[in-house]
Amino acid sequence: MGYLVAASLSEALDALGQPDAAVIAGGTDWFPAQGTRPFKGDLVDITRVPGMRGITRDAGGWRIGGATTWTDLIRADLPPAFDGLKSAAREVGSIQIQNAGTVAGNLCNASPAADGVPPLLTLGAVVELASTRGIRRMALSEFLKGPRQTARMPGEVLTALIIPDLPDGAQGAFLKLGARHYLVISIAMVAALVTLDRGRIAQAAVAVGSCSATAQRLPALEADLTGRKVDDLRAAGTGIILPAHLAPLAPIADVRGSADYRMEAAATLCARALHMAIEQGEMAHG
Amino acid sequence: MDKRTAADLTAFHLNGQVVEVAANPGERLSHALRERLGAKDVKVGCNAGDCGACTVLVDGAPVCACLMPVQQAAGAKVETLAGLVKADPHAARLVDSFQAHQAAQCGICTPGMMVSAVALLRDRQAPDATEVQDALGGVLCRCTGYRKIIDAVVEAGAGRAPAPEGSGDVGTTIRRLDGLPKVTGTEAFGDDVAPADALVLRVIRSPHAHAGFAFGDLDAFRAAHPGVVAVLTAADVPGLNAFGVIPGFIDQPVFAVDHVLFRGDAVAAVVGEAEAMARFDPADFPVTWEPRHPLMEVAEALAPGAAQLHPGRVNNVMCGGHVACGDAEAALARADVTVEGQFTTAFVEHGYIEPEAGFAMMDGDRVVVQACTQAPVMDQDALMQILALPRDRIRILPTAVGGGFGSKIDVSLQPFLALAAIRTGRAVRMTYERVETMQSTTKRHPAAISMRIGASRDGRLSGMTFDGDFNTGAYASWGPTVANRVPVHASGPYRVADYRATTRAVNTNCVPAGAFRGFGVPQSAVAQESLFDMLAARLDMDALEFRILNALDNGVPTVCGQVFAQGVGVKPCLEALRPAWAAAHAECAAFNAANTTRKRGVGVAAGWYGCGNTSMPNPSTIRAGLRADGAVVLHQGAMDIGQGSNTVIPQIFARALGVPVQQIALIGADTDVTPDAGKTSASRQTFVTGNAARLAGEALRKAVLAQVNASPDATITLTPGGVTVTDGAQDFTLDLARLSPNAAGYLLEVNETYDPPTKPLDKNGQGEPYAQYGYAAHLVVVEVDIPLGRVRPLRFVAAHDVGQAINPLLVEGQVHGGIAQGLGMALMEEYIPHRTENLHDYLIPTIGDVPPIETLIVEVPDAHGPYGAKGLGEHVLIPTAPAILNAIADATGARITQLPATPARVRAALKEVGHA
Repeated sequence: MGYLVAASLSEALDALGQPDAAVIAGGTDWFPAQGTRPFKGDLVDITRVPGMRGITRDAGGWRIGGATTWTDLIRADLPPAFDGLKSAAREVGSIQIQNAGTVAGNLCNASPAADGVPPLLTLGAVVELASTRGIRRMALSEFLKGPRQTARMPGEVLTALIIPDLPDGAQGAFLKLGARHYLVISIAMVAALVTLDRGRIAQAAVAVGSCSATAQRLPALEADLTGRKVDDLRAAGTGIILPAHLAPLAPIADVRGSADYRMEAAATLCARALHMAIEQGEMAHG
Repeated sequence: MDKRTAADLTAFHLNGQVVEVAANPGERLSHALRERLGAKDVKVGCNAGDCGACTVLVDGAPVCACLMPVQQAAGAKVETLAGLVKADPHAARLVDSFQAHQAAQCGICTPGMMVSAVALLRDRQAPDATEVQDALGGVLCRCTGYRKIIDAVVEAGAGRAPAPEGSGDVGTTIRRLDGLPKVTGTEAFGDDVAPADALVLRVIRSPHAHAGFAFGDLDAFRAAHPGVVAVLTAADVPGLNAFGVIPGFIDQPVFAVDHVLFRGDAVAAVVGEAEAMARFDPADFPVTWEPRHPLMEVAEALAPGAAQLHPGRVNNVMCGGHVACGDAEAALARADVTVEGQFTTAFVEHGYIEPEAGFAMMDGDRVVVQACTQAPVMDQDALMQILALPRDRIRILPTAVGGGFGSKIDVSLQPFLALAAIRTGRAVRMTYERVETMQSTTKRHPAAISMRIGASRDGRLSGMTFDGDFNTGAYASWGPTVANRVPVHASGPYRVADYRATTRAVNTNCVPAGAFRGFGVPQSAVAQESLFDMLAARLDMDALEFRILNALDNGVPTVCGQVFAQGVGVKPCLEALRPAWAAAHAECAAFNAANTTRKRGVGVAAGWYGCGNTSMPNPSTIRAGLRADGAVVLHQGAMDIGQGSNTVIPQIFARALGVPVQQIALIGADTDVTPDAGKTSASRQTFVTGNAARLAGEALRKAVLAQVNASPDATITLTPGGVTVTDGAQDFTLDLARLSPNAAGYLLEVNETYDPPTKPLDKNGQGEPYAQYGYAAHLVVVEVDIPLGRVRPLRFVAAHDVGQAINPLLVEGQVHGGIAQGLGMALMEEYIPHRTENLHDYLIPTIGDVPPIETLIVEVPDAHGPYGAKGLGEHVLIPTAPAILNAIADATGARITQLPATPARVRAALKEVGHA
């Protein structure tokens, strides 16, 4: 048994090639999953791997390192497209969780209610996975396979999230519905990202969490919104969401709410998140 | 691995000192801090990041120490409350403001709150309430209702000095006399007291709601697990293998024998060295289960052909309660208007942040149990039976209690610890895991209530019937008390001449339901107070005025036929709400005219609660003495579980003796030296133990004055080393050397007992169940998000008749905490075995959920109360839930009859009444 504080990515990847070795970063999902059962394997801590923590800009996009915490994200200077992701970050558990938990860990944990997923889906996030076999990249939507299931192979580390460049006017928004304030698992949540161009929606992305096995984008809604006049949308209120738009969703009933309720709440939240993004986008860009 | 750190040391800075620990890989920082470095000020409430009690600063950032591998802290600066209060100026100010605002009640969440607050104050000067909420949102508190915590942090941040405290006399606010350790991290709770070499005990519990079971080879198990010292099962119980709280209902086995009746039922205990137990996986314990069909609902348990869970309880009906007066059916038949409804409530978890914890050890041939408890002498009673030992061989030495709310009246881990200490001869410790406390300890009873109420055209009540089934779970606990209390209280504090209320407590394969703040009355109040609003609407009467019209009064009989000549204070409570009621209605109307998707409403509800046991002896005894050095010592055995009896009882005693409370030396609960002050339950401590303290103070005063033949109104002055009596113009100094100390070292000693005068109830529940009731009325304004069904309370106004506030700020603290629990019960709390056994699936209100609360203290003195005081502990949540439901109905027209009113249920109800 051992605990390795990896000093480099290659050291971490070599260690993770061993049987019974698990990766740990923020620990905010690892410990609750482990509970008080004795842990008999090895842990590879990637939080001190150089370059793993922080958000950087490079050609063609933003790179969120695999050990970047939610607090790092909240404090980063990012364009308004990231407002939804930042809102989601502020709703992850509590400040204590945000200070330790990582964006990447939230994805690897693959809860259907992972707060980070809907905004990252709207941002078109790509995950970067590294192992001793090399590096591969895939869309976040492909990475998430189901509840607690991802495409991450044994020995792989999620080293970064890459957010492709977004148009200048892009504005993000996020809404989470829970039965209390703070420290709450969502009943439903919605991220919206809109790009406005001369009073019209040039581009829209909407994703819903907690209403299907993994959070889902709503392509039909996005297509319907594209090219619409903002004033028309405003006048339509919540009517901009049609039942057909929500076809990708398949909510379950659990202690937090019934399936029917989730579906209805998702529609309401979609409309509100879109209007919020539009309003903030207009304020930001005149 | 090359750099594995199995035996490596991890070094970091702890409160300014460099420390090194040889921790296991992936060991929680909280564990290393507490168990290896002695930082017991870091409290562990859930081990899952759900409660925030373990919050520490790592390089200045608040994190949950339970979620950080200690190795990750290598080289970092770790700060805990105990270190911060010594070195950080913000923490020093918080120590002062937390005490001044009584922002710490039980104190278990206080380290997490204060550490989070220090991080905020370092970052932001003079934060406002919202910023405080955001910063402290990750720490749960179950006692305070959070508002005093917000006030304390805002004040400390603004650099304002707290308001000066009062003299300490009855009626004045002083800081808690036991408050300082709670805000400096030095208070010792159940998990903080075991010696370092104590053995560790784990209980093996049923994963099934109903099952037969058989053990495998226990000897082979032990042999295969070096470091395991003992395995205990039912065969190891020398006395009665059962516990319970009510004679005739002692039915819960310490260890189940061949079948289990709920998920969490104990079957065995494993005791071993701490390191061995850290490696022990309960899944390796040799037991096989044979699951049986579980009865999870009352209807299922009552159904013909259902398995009978206990001998003698036909149809699984454990017991019932009944109160009747007049002719309810005839009155309903002649009523001009009647309303009826069915209401259901859920299991509610107490949610104290301190899980059950403690240790036991041998002291010669005596067993000593130090654990958190609400009822030390009842613990002793239970252990006498289980261990087959006389009372003098068992000592209960309670630790500080990190919240109880009723569940810690019952024994939990005490039998396991005592049995293990006797078996091994060593100190044995145990702390329940969060899942374990939620699975295995008592809950509030779910209720299914049918109620009918009538009124005549003039608004007077005319007939009321109540039928309630209570899911009491697998074992009795306080189920019989709930069944008896509810019919006495289900009328509410109103004049109901024609009444019938019948209850049943039904066994199921759910977790045992027991005592929880209000003993069933919060559930019955939901039905009655909701129907009152419906009745008022049918009569076209104002809901508040309808209540005032029908409120009980002096000289008016209760449904038990009890007539109080004085002290009935419900009408003044309701009347006190009139200004807020009018203002809130106007405010809501204005808001609603301008908003379509959000609607506001105002609701009101009243409540009452009889203080002390129902028609049963219920004595408290207080002991006090004058020592040879001139000190007056008060043996105060009323368990302070955060409510404040360590402050209130001395204030009463000091008034009676006639000296400042600050001069009284206190000895806390310890069955060796402190007489039985009864259990902390049923809103009885201020009333019953308070009276014993008053009598003790008066007796000691009399004894002192008799020494110098002074007149009764002489003044006693305690001076260092002496006692002076001033009688008129004359000063006498007691010659302490002339008096010989008794065996306890007291020159003068008094023991005084108070037992409230009650009379038995007849078969129709007629009699005098309580010597006094306390009264309450709450008003709440809520906002409902119509498309989402989300309900947000915006403010409360709470009027409470406490007879005489002994310490007004403690009254406010109870009110705030009760409202927070009532709010949780109304809107979010639902314990479902197997599904909500942790604090992220089971939700209790956070600091963001409790709105501002205005407390109106009403004082209608009670002839039986000490200086007129009445109990308060349960009253504070009884009206809350129905007031919220009434406000939702006022806002939207939707009547919620199933608790909790989750967004999904509210939305469904909104659609039923036609909201888009």
